[in-house]
Amino acid sequence: MIRTQLPLIITFFTGMLLIVTFFIPHKPFGDLEQRFLIWYSIISGFTVLLGLDSLVKYHLTKLKKEFNIHSFILLFSLFLTLILGFYSWFKFKTPFALNSPFMYLYTYVIIPLQATMFALLAFFIASAAYRAFRARTFEATLLLIAATIVMLGRVPIGSYIWKGIASFISTIFPKIPYEELAKKEIFALISDWIMNIPQNAAKRGIFIGTALGGIAMSIRIILGIERTYITK
Amino acid sequence: MYFFFLFSLLQFNYFEYVKSYDTPSDEGGSISLEWQIKEEFISEENPIKFFEIYRSEKKEGIFENVGFVLSQYNYYEDKGLKDNKDYYYQIWAIREKDTLKSEIIGPVISRAQWFNKNRFNVLVITIILFIVFLYYIEKARKGERLFIRKISGLDAIDDAVGRATEMGRPILFSFGLGFITDVVTIAALSILSKIAKKAAEYGTRLIIPNYDPIVMTAAQETVKEAYLEAGRPDLYREGDITYLTSDQFGYAAGCDGIIMREKPGAIFWQGYFFAESLILAETGHAVGAIQIAGTTAITQLPFFIAACDYTLIGEEMFAASCYLKPEPQMLGSLKGEDFLKAIILVILIISAIIATLSIVFKNFYFLNNLYELIKNIFTIK
Repeated sequence: MIRTQLPLIITFFTGMLLIVTFFIPHKPFGDLEQRFLIWYSIISGFTVLLGLDSLVKYHLTKLKKEFNIHSFILLFSLFLTLILGFYSWFKFKTPFALNSPFMYLYTYVIIPLQATMFALLAFFIASAAYRAFRARTFEATLLLIAATIVMLGRVPIGSYIWKGIASFISTIFPKIPYEELAKKEIFALISDWIMNIPQNAAKRGIFIGTALGGIAMSIRIILGIERTYITK
Repeated sequence: MYFFFLFSLLQFNYFEYVKSYDTPSDEGGSISLEWQIKEEFISEENPIKFFEIYRSEKKEGIFENVGFVLSQYNYYEDKGLKDNKDYYYQIWAIREKDTLKSEIIGPVISRAQWFNKNRFNVLVITIILFIVFLYYIEKARKGERLFIRKISGLDAIDDAVGRATEMGRPILFSFGLGFITDVVTIAALSILSKIAKKAAEYGTRLIIPNYDPIVMTAAQETVKEAYLEAGRPDLYREGDITYLTSDQFGYAAGCDGIIMREKPGAIFWQGYFFAESLILAETGHAVGAIQIAGTTAITQLPFFIAACDYTLIGEEMFAASCYLKPEPQMLGSLKGEDFLKAIILVILIISAIIATLSIVFKNFYFLNNLYELIKNIFTIK
């Protein structure tokens, strides 16, 4: 009974309190939200140990069963970082000193690894775009056209292509002056229109739905209707 | 005394007005100052560079400089003060060649307010929201049948779990980079509960790499409970729900590694994702897994739509718990949400018409004022 009811009472009390504090600037209500966030930060600081325990236990168990190179590298890197961090702390008074071994590890191993992962995104975008833009349906064709125009409107080659088109048009219709037409930057204009009007409208529609869904979910949690996060 | 009065009078002459007042709707410790310098003292030959604000606790006491604002501003908020204490102020307009001083104003005291008047509109809207939700929840509780549209992404959960089982491959579930404080993570937990129950029934392994240790603990509890409900607590393996890292691309690399090694038959991306979304979803696609994504991160939705088989868009994620466990109270809140959406739609259409008309008929002040009124009602200060 207490295991299920107590969390619901705490949730209701905390939820209502935070709603009320939004409208009361007077102490102690005014800074309560900030204070709750500080408490959360303190608790989450301790939970890093929980995570570390889970990670080390999992990979040690794996290593005990049979030698696994991934688990070995992970544990080795983890303890190496920890040792270098402590060593830098003792030698340079802070692990974040620019010439410390810890920062060397961060600058020359962690940052390049992060950059490598991020760089992979370019290739993944290309393969995902290829699949998404295949004009198999009417919607996919629309997406393909819109995406092509937006891309052309955002890169210098778009402007260069438009100048070629403008030259072609003014050759066929001599009354239309080339300079004026070339200045129009049609791809950029259409691209801006797509991004500002239809794209924004769809985005805001989703945003309104998400916000309302979030409010409904919050009310369900506060009132104890939504209990999926509580174990019986 | 006479000299002081004459001095004050001379000082006053430079400024049109100088006002000091307790900053409204705040937690105290703050006084606001407003001023306007007379037109005849604003010249291009001797322009005002900035204004300096001086404060004292006594009218005849020593005034200390507490801040400055650039010449285009005529407002200053003095913070960090003690409540219920007298303060006196003087504004100095620092010009190119000389300095103009205002009269000494005060005493003024700061106080904390019990209600933030600027948020009155939010309070009214919050009350309306609560009333609508409670009305529909009560209606549903009384037994009224409420229709809920099909959400194909949620219907596909059973198929996805079944497919992974048939292929003899595990299931991978990820909360992304969400924390337990995100509502979307709570919504993802309810989806996880359903998946875990199905996985337990079918005896399929469920792998959950985590970005946040608190989410990991919540996931472990949810899965354990689901396995218990399914009558298969023996299948629960805590080691499959592990903490990976709290580094964005480290997490992406870790998940990708697990996907490439374990080759899951079904992958669920449910929660909050950032730039790593496509890296994850494309790797899942590369191993031929059926993928069901769900996020409220609008910027990542196109990536999931392009790379996954099903995507829960924004609110569909929040509706998941109601859809998967259609209890009357849950459905009632969904119906309330739909009703509010209809109201917002009507308000948006009316506001758009009024805003357009107010621009077309610029001299028709009633429309302009009406538009400003609507804008103020829905603006959070």
